[in-house]
Amino acid sequence: MANRIEVGFKTGIRDALGEKTKKRIIDTLALNVSNVATIEVYTIDGQLSAAELRDAASGPLSDPVIQEFSINRPLAKNFDWLIEVGFRPGVTDNVGKTAREAIELLLGGAARPGKINVYTSRQYLISGQISRSGAETIASGLLANDLIERHQVIAASDFDINQGLPAFIPKVQGEDKPQVAQINLAAVSAQGLLKISQEKLLALNLEEMQKIQAYYQNPAVIKARKKLGLDENTTDVELECLGQTWSEHCKHKIFNSKINYTDGRRQLTIDSLFKKYIKGSTAKIRKAKGRKDFCLSVFVDNAGVIKFNDGYNLVFKVETHNSPSALDPYGGALTGIVGVNRDPFGTGIGAKLIFNTDVFCFASPFHKKKLPPRILHPRRIYEGVREGVEHGGNKSGIPTVNGSIIFDERYLGKPLVYCGTAGIMPARINGRPSHTKEIRPGDIVIMTGGRIGKDGIHGATFSSEELHEGSPVTAVQIGDPITQKKVLGKFTKSGKFHVRFGSKTVAYLDMDFLHNGVPQMKLAAKWKAPKNPEPVFSEPADLGKALTRMLSRLNICSKESVVRQYDHEVQGGSVVKPLVGVQNDGPSDAGIVRPLLDSMEGVVVAHGICPRYSDIDAYHMTACAIDEAVRNAVAVGADLDHLAGLDNFCWCDPVKSAKTPDGEYKLAQLVRANMAIYDYTTAYGVPCISGKDSMKNDYSIGLTKISVPPTLLYSVIGKIRDVRKAVTMDAKRPQDLVYILGETRDELGGSEWFAQNGSVGSKVPQVDAKKAMKLYRALHKAIAAGLVASCHDCSDGGLGVALAETAFAGGMGMRIDLKDVPYRGKKRNDYILFSETASRFVVTIHPKDQNRFEKIMAGNVFSEIGFVSADGLFEVAGINGRPIVKDNINKLKEAWQKPLNF
Amino acid sequence: MSRKVKAIVLTGNGTNCEMEMAHACKLAGADMVDIVHISELLFGEKKLSGYNFLNLPGGFLDGDDLGSAKAGANRFLHAPISGADEMLIEELLKFINAGGLILGVCNGFQLMVKLGLLPALDGNFTTQSTTLTFNDSGRFEDRWVYLKADMQSPCVFTREVDLVYYPVRHGEGKFVVESASVLNEMEKKNLVVFRYCNGEGSITMDYPDNPNGSTRAIAGICNETGRLFGLMPHPEAFLHRTNHPRWTRESLPEEGQGLAIFQNAVRFIRSTEF
Repeated sequence: MANRIEVGFKTGIRDALGEKTKKRIIDTLALNVSNVATIEVYTIDGQLSAAELRDAASGPLSDPVIQEFSINRPLAKNFDWLIEVGFRPGVTDNVGKTAREAIELLLGGAARPGKINVYTSRQYLISGQISRSGAETIASGLLANDLIERHQVIAASDFDINQGLPAFIPKVQGEDKPQVAQINLAAVSAQGLLKISQEKLLALNLEEMQKIQAYYQNPAVIKARKKLGLDENTTDVELECLGQTWSEHCKHKIFNSKINYTDGRRQLTIDSLFKKYIKGSTAKIRKAKGRKDFCLSVFVDNAGVIKFNDGYNLVFKVETHNSPSALDPYGGALTGIVGVNRDPFGTGIGAKLIFNTDVFCFASPFHKKKLPPRILHPRRIYEGVREGVEHGGNKSGIPTVNGSIIFDERYLGKPLVYCGTAGIMPARINGRPSHTKEIRPGDIVIMTGGRIGKDGIHGATFSSEELHEGSPVTAVQIGDPITQKKVLGKFTKSGKFHVRFGSKTVAYLDMDFLHNGVPQMKLAAKWKAPKNPEPVFSEPADLGKALTRMLSRLNICSKESVVRQYDHEVQGGSVVKPLVGVQNDGPSDAGIVRPLLDSMEGVVVAHGICPRYSDIDAYHMTACAIDEAVRNAVAVGADLDHLAGLDNFCWCDPVKSAKTPDGEYKLAQLVRANMAIYDYTTAYGVPCISGKDSMKNDYSIGLTKISVPPTLLYSVIGKIRDVRKAVTMDAKRPQDLVYILGETRDELGGSEWFAQNGSVGSKVPQVDAKKAMKLYRALHKAIAAGLVASCHDCSDGGLGVALAETAFAGGMGMRIDLKDVPYRGKKRNDYILFSETASRFVVTIHPKDQNRFEKIMAGNVFSEIGFVSADGLFEVAGINGRPIVKDNINKLKEAWQKPLNF
Repeated sequence: MSRKVKAIVLTGNGTNCEMEMAHACKLAGADMVDIVHISELLFGEKKLSGYNFLNLPGGFLDGDDLGSAKAGANRFLHAPISGADEMLIEELLKFINAGGLILGVCNGFQLMVKLGLLPALDGNFTTQSTTLTFNDSGRFEDRWVYLKADMQSPCVFTREVDLVYYPVRHGEGKFVVESASVLNEMEKKNLVVFRYCNGEGSITMDYPDNPNGSTRAIAGICNETGRLFGLMPHPEAFLHRTNHPRWTRESLPEEGQGLAIFQNAVRFIRSTEF
């Protein structure tokens, strides 16, 4: 028996969700809506008396002060269109589960006979002059994700005011009788094998399928299987296990492949990018650090572990959840964050989680062109991902302290959703090191976490492919930050992976075959530098206007509306927040938290990401990302000798095939990125301790193919000995002196300024690691001595943007002289203002500290270029001494704050 | 010897701020601070009667899935204590009758009003007369706010407290009353402890100084004895000056302004008034 309880707001009570929905309909669909009201619907499956239903409705399901409820009778009135949205059968319904538990407790707990299930849905009552197709657009374009949700659209004239909507139970229909299929692969042709791989969504290639085929013909294997009631046939369970385990997602086949690389000058064979460049660089750094090596566990566990102090270790991991977020932005991103939580949590013998990070790459939320099939509008992805990470992070009580949002049209096919989590663990627990663990025969396997649903199936294989017509929605898992449940198994010394369903064996595979059986791929990479001409445009007459426009660019403008919706200070140890300055709204370079509340030692987290530079050379893109991450950490006061990194590659398919004819070039980009990882992490002494790669970030349906630009996120985690020495980016006092640290060159290739002018260019910023390290060490010394009032990283938008941000975050003006900027290259004011040369900072210094500061910086390229003023005017004199920018900081700030303020 | 201050910080089912709340109790000088999982109470392993200062921390009880703290309040009202012929709510009411102090922050405050512990005008602690609902902005926000205290309030947690700056981190912090008479009664008895104000201390309904659109800018309330106190902003998030969002540009005392709330509680329990 199904009953419907509806809960709505009483007359006169503001419906904030309804108002927000109305605004989104107007903003994103441009439909004329005058009002939106919401009603929560609980459909209860189970034997409940009228009195029990009333108790449930008036108890846990509604708030007597502001809400009213109805039972099996509609609340809806005064609307033009009613849209009801609920989950499809089998999709995780967290609210429904909480409601069921609450009602069971209310009605006497488990002792009460009969089972109850609760399914939730929501009604939107829309008023306004809207056609049926308009209402349908609101339903499927905004309110419901048809892949996981069902919706009904009902006109007021068709609505039965007495009956309302009938109670509908979205239960999975049909008897679920588990069956195991047997498949004989022996006689299957090459074409047939590929067909099986494709139909079962195994994402395995011919060589891999043939290796599996051969395994089942091995007489020893057959003999062992026969003892357990199996034979030479594979079971579908085994095939699935192999498909998932051998997927690109799990086995990183491209990173472990043998690559023949040529760049025209040299040719080399690389036996595993991962071993040679990533593990190789970390091993070299650890050796060089000798007794000062702080790495404890790298590349072997769920996350990397480094030392924090004598008593504690830090754990850090960053993951991506791109493919799921493309289909279901909310569920995909929610699982992205609660998923990566599990990594540090399950590292060694467990860590307490201390912060999250998030970096998103989207197409413009203002995308106007027609969308290819199966692609959600980028605004919807933006809002969904933001909300998923909000719920995942906030509800888990983990502060989100660092992140960014990058925009590029090529993220239209697949958005990138990077989620990171760090943890802390006592260095020793019960006298034993906490960062290691061992598994012994006889140990029991306990599964804890959410109930297993049908969601999430094929996640690993699906994310190992491009997004295509047949991408299944069941591949998207919906996380739950709150639940738990247990399943038991046992470790043995048999060397076999043995799975039973009841008493029946359904899978029996050699562990060695399952884990090491996948054949190594052999690939070719060919590098040919792309030819992007340097653009020809003259220096604009009005550089003030140019600066204002730069501040409004999506990659530069404020992300405050997103940042505010994340709890960035739960756990009580917040030191440098994502938003700083006189009005708490300037952009921090890095985050600092104190994980131990009785200590002044802090953890620093920062990141670097510059995908635009891949259009010129992924080697320099990578070098700049590493430099940016280190630079951001140094800017707030991190100790350079105690920094560790994580590499997260998001690439487009780099395997040459009919659908990827330029695979050799894309693979060469990957090789070059890895070379830069090796060169720069070793130069900086910042070892990679963990990382991940996601290699198939392409969309391919019909004739449309969209590939992401090769994107590396480099995250760093480090330490500051005394958080009271930390520095923020906002100008502090009038009359403080403004300095630029580092040389500026006319490196505008891939810059925001060239993008603003419609081109890419060729001179990509190149990092001089040796000079950078020297500068960073000097700056750190000055910060530790308390001589730096503010320090801001110069990156997207260059010096002009960094100066403006420093000024308006401090609520003060500035007088700047461009002729004092150490500069090499074609002399143009716009180039000096907007070049994105790496390894630079804008710092402000109190005049009394000038001598000591300059003494510490001696031997580096740096220059005093102006001062902070009390008047709120941002004035820049050009190279010939004439004023080129003169604007009020409030105007600049408004330009910077406006674009994404929704 | 003065009375021992025994603080309990209740956790489980989605609370998040138990560590910093316990830290605040310790810094304030409590003699004993236990972080206790609610199931320890439900299984009778721990008793509220062993304490005199109950802390209900922020978080998302049961994910706030049925509205903030709704499922949590339902548990408090209907969960039995195993092995004892008593419900959890009865143990809680005994704790209140014995004169124990209760501090609810954010989700803990939401729990208190939804149970009816606050404002409990007629001394009825299980009838809800006010609520905390969705912010007018329709969104969760983390931002620092100024709070003006009512110096005439009976609240024992805010003695000598005037103007303070704490962060709010909530999506459902808008205070709403059942009726005008409830509001009048609360104001007459000075039960409105904190109101949102601007940096100069002027009470305001303007966003973002008033972050959620609360009726009469109400941010925190107490009961008539002043021993039960709930507020949306987080005092336990400002225990050290480096928590302040502008600590790098303002000269601030080492101790954060949030500590005063806990110090007052400790002082009160040790005093003869308790």
